[in-house]
Amino acid sequence: MSTATREGTIKGRLGDSPPRPDGLAKTQGAFAFAGDLSADGFLWGATLRSPHAHARIRGIDLSAAWKIDGVAAVITAGDVPGKPTYGLISKDQPVFAADVVRYVGEPVAAVAADHPETCRRALAAIVVDYEMLPPLFDPERAIDGSHPPIHPDGNVIRRQRIITGDQSLQGEVIVEGTYELGMQDQAFLGLEAALALPDPGGAGVELFVATQWLHEDRGQIAACLGLAPEEVRLTLGGVGGAFGAREDISLQVHTCLLALRTGRPVRLAYSREESFLGHVHRHPATIWMRHHATAQGSIQRIEARLVLDGGAYASTSSAVLINAVTHVQGPYKCANATVDGYAVRTNNLPCGAMRGFGVVQACFAHEGQMDKLAAACGLDPVEIRLLNAMETGDSLITGQVIENVAPVAECITRVAALPLPDAPVGGRDGDPLDLPGGAGLTADPAHIRRGIGWGVAIKNLMYSEAFDDYATARCTLSNGVASLKFATVEVGQGFVVLAQQIARSVLGVDDVVLEPIDTTIGSAGSTSASRQTWMSGGAVDGACRLVRERLFELVGAQYDIEPVQLAIDGRDVIDTMGTLRVSVSAATAGIELVETFEHHHRPTEELDENGHGNCHTAFAFVAHRAVVDVDPELGLVKVVQVATAQDVGVALNPLSVLGQIEGGIAQGLGLAVMEEIIFTDGRVRNASFTDYLLPTMLDMPTVVAALIEHPDPMAPLGAKGVGEPPTISSTPAIVAAIRDAIGRDLSRVPVRPADICLP
Amino acid sequence: MSVLIPATLAQALSALDDAPSSMVLAGGTDAMVEINGGHRRPDSVIAVGRLAELRTWTHDVISATLRIGAAVTYAELEADQFRRWVPALSQAARTVGSPQIRHAATLGGNVATCSPAGDGLPALSALDAIVHLVSITGQRSVPFAEFMVGPKRTSLRPGELIEAITVPVFAGWQGYAKVGVRNAMVISNAGACLAVDDEGGVRLALGSVGPTIIRCSQAEAFAATVVDHGQRAVSEADAVEFGRVAASEARPIDDHRSTADYRRHAIAVLSRRLLRRAFPNG
Ligand SMILES: Cc1cc2nc3c(=O)[nH]c(=O)nc-3n(C[C@H](O)[C@H](O)[C@H](O)COP(=O)(O)OP(=O)(O)OC[C@H]3O[C@@H](n4cnc5c(N)ncnc54)[C@H](O)[C@@H]3O)c2cc1C
Repeated sequence: MSTATREGTIKGRLGDSPPRPDGLAKTQGAFAFAGDLSADGFLWGATLRSPHAHARIRGIDLSAAWKIDGVAAVITAGDVPGKPTYGLISKDQPVFAADVVRYVGEPVAAVAADHPETCRRALAAIVVDYEMLPPLFDPERAIDGSHPPIHPDGNVIRRQRIITGDQSLQGEVIVEGTYELGMQDQAFLGLEAALALPDPGGAGVELFVATQWLHEDRGQIAACLGLAPEEVRLTLGGVGGAFGAREDISLQVHTCLLALRTGRPVRLAYSREESFLGHVHRHPATIWMRHHATAQGSIQRIEARLVLDGGAYASTSSAVLINAVTHVQGPYKCANATVDGYAVRTNNLPCGAMRGFGVVQACFAHEGQMDKLAAACGLDPVEIRLLNAMETGDSLITGQVIENVAPVAECITRVAALPLPDAPVGGRDGDPLDLPGGAGLTADPAHIRRGIGWGVAIKNLMYSEAFDDYATARCTLSNGVASLKFATVEVGQGFVVLAQQIARSVLGVDDVVLEPIDTTIGSAGSTSASRQTWMSGGAVDGACRLVRERLFELVGAQYDIEPVQLAIDGRDVIDTMGTLRVSVSAATAGIELVETFEHHHRPTEELDENGHGNCHTAFAFVAHRAVVDVDPELGLVKVVQVATAQDVGVALNPLSVLGQIEGGIAQGLGLAVMEEIIFTDGRVRNASFTDYLLPTMLDMPTVVAALIEHPDPMAPLGAKGVGEPPTISSTPAIVAAIRDAIGRDLSRVPVRPADICLP
Repeated sequence: MSVLIPATLAQALSALDDAPSSMVLAGGTDAMVEINGGHRRPDSVIAVGRLAELRTWTHDVISATLRIGAAVTYAELEADQFRRWVPALSQAARTVGSPQIRHAATLGGNVATCSPAGDGLPALSALDAIVHLVSITGQRSVPFAEFMVGPKRTSLRPGELIEAITVPVFAGWQGYAKVGVRNAMVISNAGACLAVDDEGGVRLALGSVGPTIIRCSQAEAFAATVVDHGQRAVSEADAVEFGRVAASEARPIDDHRSTADYRRHAIAVLSRRLLRRAFPNG
């Protein structure tokens, strides 16, 4: 994409890429993230965590901790006044472990004190008497029932089958594979942090927190605190990335409890090490697939078995599973399917939402299968994908008909037409840093082999399975200035600038003020599932349109013109059938027009026991082609280029779209070749950025992106969500390129050097 | 916690003599990680990173040696003159961390930390570097091989500072290569430094594959019998054998970063490639 500003767009409006209201402060280091918050006389909070993966708590002795000078509160499960557990879908996770700990890192107690060092000593002084219980680490043992339940809700969180069409069909060509994915961390840079301010007398609490969904947090917090939702007020603390890891409660309830208990402001913030234990991760998965096809390569039937390790608590595992099983076919036509999926409970770290949400796992497997199928049918990776590409009107294996724009073939052909890197192995100027191994200077160009690989994906947008998903926004127009109120969480994606662009476009104003993001307005839903442009964008658009109707009525009455004749042109209201032209600021001088709008998407259904139903709201598509240089002897990799074409509907802010594409590819690359939480017996071995590796500038390829713009009639602004697709098929594309370079099957991500070079 | 920023080396030494349990701080890129992680809780800190005595280097043409002050940073070691004098150390410097880290991290800090994964150390081992130690009572000089006694264990005594490191300036080829799982800013999973000394000896030192840096005496002895200095040549088969012997001298372990098998394999490949870089013909 060459330019971030389209021809014909007006500065600051939709289609332009104006500066973000938070941009300058963030680049200058002046932006206040949640971890920067403080209040007069605040106390520091800290959390005691279980050192065991599975143990019974026989007793907790807090007396020594209480005796330490400066300790203001020491709390455990017994101090939770309301509901003892929370959770996004099923409330199965204790605020503090009461009788049993189920993973290494589970909160057992919390303290508030005058200094972090006092907190540390207080935590060290708490004596917990544990009785070891046999841990469950193997998901298969959760399924086969050979391990006793580790939670009253049982060891299988959800099983979902999809039984569609001919169950005995055998293809002329059959390919089969088992694919594995390790546990990826969201690894946002802004660590978990919150500041709680208690109301006098404990009547309520105000919480500043970095989260993804203020209202969902509020509901869960209030229930645990035994307060009414309106007694808990949330304001968004600056969020430094989320990627799903802030959907679940982490430190919210603890911080509020400590503040209410002490009657003082309490600040709680995790370290990087604690962050690895304190939030959910991407589900590790094992996926078996068998594809049946005609000799020519048309997919006829897919068999699949998926096992997702949900860890100790349910979080969103059941929804992640639904996404995984309903996306096993990928963006390809398929009439018959036999799918069995499990999300299970183990004594590993809890898993839940992460960018791509179950589809990442399915896509890694189905794209591996597509390449096997291509090889078996004598086709190349592009031919097999074009042959099977899904179109609008096709049915998924769930029976749901794709009603969205579905430019799968166009995504593929556009990518195929993008230029391959013109630089030879090792880069044009022979900089050794451009070789696999990079700064380690391990390779010479002669050692390197280049490979090309493809990945194509379908991703559902918004929430699924009968969830009434909505977003709220309020628009106020006065003296030519619009102000917008919403609870939409800005995690870095840029909704704050998009909202301004929408208001400018609808109302013909330049100045758009953003009010604080908090719970004094209705819910905006979660900033996840690629949904906020569609949902909160729709809400802002709706509120602005209502205000514009009022504006036209006002002007119409004043000049005796039918309001339907009026339109916005530049900064003016004009009569489309006459000569009137009056500026929006003049028309709104001294008055205030206020409207609130709630945007709901169309209803969806739950899947039935055979996996049938219109469970998803909408879909987007994307294709990736990766060019990778590999050092086959050392197993080191340099991703040279990723080309992509993405079905975006409309690029309302092209620069933001490109940001999502590049960032998503970085995260997909991380999963492909380096990002994995490593465990021994449920204990994280690499809870730091020294050992949990994220891609650096030297690991990032050149990204060449084409935006496929067909406005989607179902989307409020024609725009599809763009956040998740870049992450999804970039991973399989990179792995396919490595396979292509070395001629070896690789079925697990991240691909480790030894997987490439050792027998 | 008290922090002293002494103006002279003498001040630093007497402060250290007064409080031998003080934490010495140079660039802080190891020390601050330890403090922030709660692994060390010093009562007092003595900052030596700006001491002029430790910030200098001297190239002695007569003895063909280079004396590098302990507080010289890796960013400085990347510079041209070091690339000419001690190419392997300069290359190793480039592999350390990120630009920000290299501007703070010092060679002395790397040597004092003495991690088997320290990137400066294989070069010091291969070059038979001398570590100069100083305390209020005097100076002593210790060969690097005696200075490093185990993983993060050194023969530094209480009250001593590393003042400088002396390495020979050889005319022959030298280089360093390190394997990590990403292309920059990564801890070494296996590293190797090869240097050709002025007697024509091939020296090879390995990092991250044993409790200390390992000098490969067998591989060195083998190389002496197969390389052709005049032609700068070695046969591919001999280079492979050199790598095999070096790998057999490694003592790697399995950990969360890699496996012993992979590390040993990587040493074979790196050693072979380094030998071929030194002797590209034949
Ligand atoms: C993000 C990051 C990446 C890194 N990457 C690498 C890498 O790629 N390769 C690598 O080898 N290292 C790496 N390191 C580790 C570190 O940068 C190096 O070991 C560095 O050389 C340490 O030097 P320093 O000046 O920062 O030492 P400091 O942290 O100041 O000190 C380290 C230790 O040495 C002692 N010390 C320092 N100077 C003296 C002296 N003159 N006399 C006696 N004792 C002294 C200190 O007391 C302390 O125990 C990395 C560190 C970070 C944070």
